[in-house]
Amino acid sequence: MQFMLLFSRQGKLRLQKWYVPLSDKEKKKITRELVQTVLARKPKMCSFLEWRDLKVVYKRYASLYFCCAIEEQDNELITLEIIHRYVELLDKYFGSVCELDIIFNFEKAYFILDEFLLGGEAQETSKKTVLKAIEQADLLQEVRPHVVTLHYE
Amino acid sequence: MALKIVKGSIDRMFDKNLQDLVRGIRNHKEDEAKYISTCIDEIKQELKQDNIAVKANAVCKLTYLQMLGYDVSWAAFNIVEVMSSSKFTYKRIGYLAASQCFHESTDVIMLTTNQIRKDLSSPNQYDTGVALTGLSCFVTPDLARDLANDIMTLMSHTKPYIRKKAVLIMYKVFLKYPESLRPAFPRLKEKLEDPDPGVQSAAVNVICELARRNPKNYLSLAPLFFKLMTSSTNNWVLIKIIKLFGALTPLEPRLGKKLIEPLTNLIHSTSAMSLLYECVNTVIAGHDVNGSPFLPPFSLALFLFLRFQLCVQKLRILIEDSDQNLKYLGLLAMSKILKTHPKSVQSHKDLILQCLDDKDESIRLRALDLLYGMVSKKNLMEIVKKLMLHVDKAEGTTYRDELLTKIIDICSQSNYQYITNFEWYISILVELTRLEGTRHGHLIASQMLDVAIRVKAIRVFAVAQMATLLDNAHLMTGNVQRKGICEVLYAAAWICGEFSEHLENPMQTLEAMLRPKVATLPGHIQAVYVQNAAKLFATLLKNQEGNTDRTAAQETSQLMIDRLPLFVQSANLEVQERASCILQLVKYIQKLQQKDVEVAEEVIALFAGELNPVAPKAQKKVPVPEGLDLDAWINEPPSESESEDEQPKAIFAKEEPKHSRARHTEVDEKELAKRREARKQEQANNPFYIKASPSSQKVYQEAPGVEHIPVVQIDLSVPLKVPGLPMSDQYVKLEEERRQKERVEKKKKEKKKRKEKRGGRGKKHDSGPESEEDITPAHMVDIVTEEMPEDKKSSKHKKKKQKREKEEKEKKKKKKHHHHHHHSDGGGEESVQNGTVEEEEPLPVSVCHQSFTEIDIQGNLQDGSQVVVSVIFENKCDNFLKTMEFNVLDSLNSKLQRPEGSGPHDGLSVPFQLPPETRSSGTLRLSVFVIVFPQNEDSSTHEKLDFKLHFTCSSYLITTPCYSDAFAKLLESGDLKCSSVRLEGVNMPFHHLLARICFHHHFSVVERIDSCASMYSRSIQGHHVCLLVKTSGQTVSIDAKCDEPTLLGNVLDEIKQTFSQC
Repeated sequence: MQFMLLFSRQGKLRLQKWYVPLSDKEKKKITRELVQTVLARKPKMCSFLEWRDLKVVYKRYASLYFCCAIEEQDNELITLEIIHRYVELLDKYFGSVCELDIIFNFEKAYFILDEFLLGGEAQETSKKTVLKAIEQADLLQEVRPHVVTLHYE
Repeated sequence: MALKIVKGSIDRMFDKNLQDLVRGIRNHKEDEAKYISTCIDEIKQELKQDNIAVKANAVCKLTYLQMLGYDVSWAAFNIVEVMSSSKFTYKRIGYLAASQCFHESTDVIMLTTNQIRKDLSSPNQYDTGVALTGLSCFVTPDLARDLANDIMTLMSHTKPYIRKKAVLIMYKVFLKYPESLRPAFPRLKEKLEDPDPGVQSAAVNVICELARRNPKNYLSLAPLFFKLMTSSTNNWVLIKIIKLFGALTPLEPRLGKKLIEPLTNLIHSTSAMSLLYECVNTVIAGHDVNGSPFLPPFSLALFLFLRFQLCVQKLRILIEDSDQNLKYLGLLAMSKILKTHPKSVQSHKDLILQCLDDKDESIRLRALDLLYGMVSKKNLMEIVKKLMLHVDKAEGTTYRDELLTKIIDICSQSNYQYITNFEWYISILVELTRLEGTRHGHLIASQMLDVAIRVKAIRVFAVAQMATLLDNAHLMTGNVQRKGICEVLYAAAWICGEFSEHLENPMQTLEAMLRPKVATLPGHIQAVYVQNAAKLFATLLKNQEGNTDRTAAQETSQLMIDRLPLFVQSANLEVQERASCILQLVKYIQKLQQKDVEVAEEVIALFAGELNPVAPKAQKKVPVPEGLDLDAWINEPPSESESEDEQPKAIFAKEEPKHSRARHTEVDEKELAKRREARKQEQANNPFYIKASPSSQKVYQEAPGVEHIPVVQIDLSVPLKVPGLPMSDQYVKLEEERRQKERVEKKKKEKKKRKEKRGGRGKKHDSGPESEEDITPAHMVDIVTEEMPEDKKSSKHKKKKQKREKEEKEKKKKKKHHHHHHHSDGGGEESVQNGTVEEEEPLPVSVCHQSFTEIDIQGNLQDGSQVVVSVIFENKCDNFLKTMEFNVLDSLNSKLQRPEGSGPHDGLSVPFQLPPETRSSGTLRLSVFVIVFPQNEDSSTHEKLDFKLHFTCSSYLITTPCYSDAFAKLLESGDLKCSSVRLEGVNMPFHHLLARICFHHHFSVVERIDSCASMYSRSIQGHHVCLLVKTSGQTVSIDAKCDEPTLLGNVLDEIKQTFSQC
């Protein structure tokens, strides 16, 4: 996998993870282009598109788009599976996750992703193991940061 | 000091944490940038403090801002500070910030090496974990080199959590520092059998990725992976392993054989679509690797094929699935198959056409891609019809434009290979011009021009269509949105002007071209309008002067003079220039007209001559003139130091050997002559060569024969052939048969040639694409003669009898023809022979006693101007005939084909000797230029024997089968001239009569109903001849149709002759 992006229906970036070294300028350009392309697609369309020399796999969960770029030989269906697995992990961790959870605890979302994928490859296919590792690491933190409760303006 | 700490923690309470920042940004939607800049200022202050908690909080906020697109590179050092905190809470944030913000050019990365090493060896596995995770994002070659050993050690860590991460990150290390691969590989391989499934899967991942880059080195691992594949139940691992095998099998086909069983099992058993898809994809990809040096044995090949079929079946299931994703992937995989096994895909045409109706555009586009490869001559019209329906329905312009380009792509691919009816194609193009707001007007226009120029037979139709377009031009120009489409008018105007002789109502078209509204068109189109109005004007003048209708001609001039000033005022220079030039010309013409001077011929001469298309590579065929060195510098090269100069130099250097080879090859005279001859022939067959004088062949191409497929032979792989009739399918079949035959013969010949002069003409062969060899151009001089349509084994007796009949028949006919020629003014060339023919009544049979010649004349389908004459020589005397020479005097219309280097009057020496009482046959070839008249060839062999060759029109006919529907269409087409003949007193059964016509005049029966039959034949130059034979009692009536009335008349005469003798 080359990178993963999470963005909202309004096109606001919520999370980005790059597994290939690119300059900030390039990252911004790619993000802008891809967000536009994906948002322009109609809801009933399939989850795959060819973009530059990459394949883009995306899926929308509620108001959030999860979008991965993979290489020519990679398997689209397993990438969809990865996205789904990640959403399940977020869901388990936050308890019925919503977009705001990810906005306000964005570092947590990264930590979970990093336990699940490493260098663009799935490192752990067992949800339990991933969650256990996160919990253990959280325990080590001095101040357990309160997971922000969601009563917002 | 204590105070400071207290102050710090109090400050901290008032600091914004990440949540506050996010909330703040959400509350300042209007002035977000301003708010963030104050936040950044705060963060800068926080970073200046010694308190690590404050710093970590600041860094965390920066990471968020970085995601929003703000530059935080200035804080890189602070990030390193936070990374090196001893507390996991902060370290975690530091590494996260680093992995998000650092890239290879971040210079502070150098400072992190020791810190990372320390963290890697930390007793806390989570410290090590975050370090590894962070490193995977920002590893540089330096870091990889320095830390490779540490990470390698971690691969054998006691905790699987660490082992797993270490294995995965080794892949990144290998990429940055390849030298580490060799020492690390044994350990990596070990991990394939790690007790922890996570570590195992990580190792599979890494090796699979490595093998994709360089499969050769991983062949030795195949048995290990094979074991894993059969034992693992983890789909993620299985997918990777299958991918790995996909990379390995091309190198080791035996592996493929071993894989058949487990793969087939997986395909049958798995419920995971991702795994199924991977298996199917691998099988497909592996299926075309069969070209490897080890060909599988037959049983295996069959098995592979069955497995392949299974995959195609599975793909069909995917495409039929309601899940859009599976549908899409199924189509994607199909397009991979299409490249290697188009047949397998074509059988699913129904399904793919269905996908065109899908609501998902990306699926429709995939299906379109597939269609491109699926079309054949048979289904093209059907597919395009379907696409046209979609064009009408499509709502988005992008998709519609995509459809439009696809339609044109599909139709025009490989030189219109699949188009059998160009009238249909022109209509499609015209329909496409009615699209709203397309951007592809120029594309349609170029297709129209291309077809009209290259397909001569279609011009009449194209011109009519274009005239309608011009007439309705207001539909295209009215709307601003339709700007793109008015490009079509460019083509329409040009076609109407250039081929104006085909216009039905030129006056109307001229008026349409000179409407004031035209001035709103883009300049380049107006320019074409003006120029072509002039061409039209010339044609009109010619028509009107021909009618001796002076006033009409003057009115036309007046129209031009009235309308052109509008264009003279154009802001576009090109339009202005052309218009004022032409206006002046017309004024002058008007002056002459008033003096009753006929000017049409002169005006038309302005636009005389035909424009021929030029092949894109034509320039390459022009030899470099003697003494011209393309590599030599014209001026001194500029200084070498400039780097830009080196690029072009390299290009020239590459080409050099080619040039020198061409120039310096030593060749003897003979070889040179041979090449020259070859080149001449090539040029003669190449329509892109503008010949010095119009060759005789060309004249025929322009003759109004409807069916003589008057097509420019494109110097590319496939000749473009265009029957302008709906009968096209028939021609296609014939054409294919012809090619098949040619191919076989050519192969034979080629083998011979290669033996004879190995490498002698290598260059010529290299120049063309491979497919060029497959199909020969229709005009070739040396062609192995075809078998006679009649059965060769038919008894000699019969043949003799036939001959005699023929000759007797000739006798009578000759007179008749003389008659004919005296009256006709067109057959002037025949008169040369007239003097002799009348005197030479005696026929060869009666004149000569010592040898008997039997003459059989047949046309050669492969070359419309060649006739092959088989002569049987029989020695009837007691003497041994040692040498014989054979000669036919050339006439204007026919020419004996002599070997190279012989004079125009030399005879051909017969290549055999004749002992007494033996017979032998020889052939001679004659080039005949006009076939619609019968001809007489007389010859005098000095001492021995005079003979005469009578070429009846029937001998130019070739028995050609024809289907009744094609026949009916041909008759309906209305391009054929009608003629009929009645035969009285024919006393033979109807089927004998038919057989006789078939036999003597080379017809074939299309259909027979009772005492009525339709018959068909075709001349060597492609004229159709259709007969309707009816009989009642002793009267036979023959109604005949042919596109060449003279030919038809003569054929009917000959038929009459045949029956008048019985």
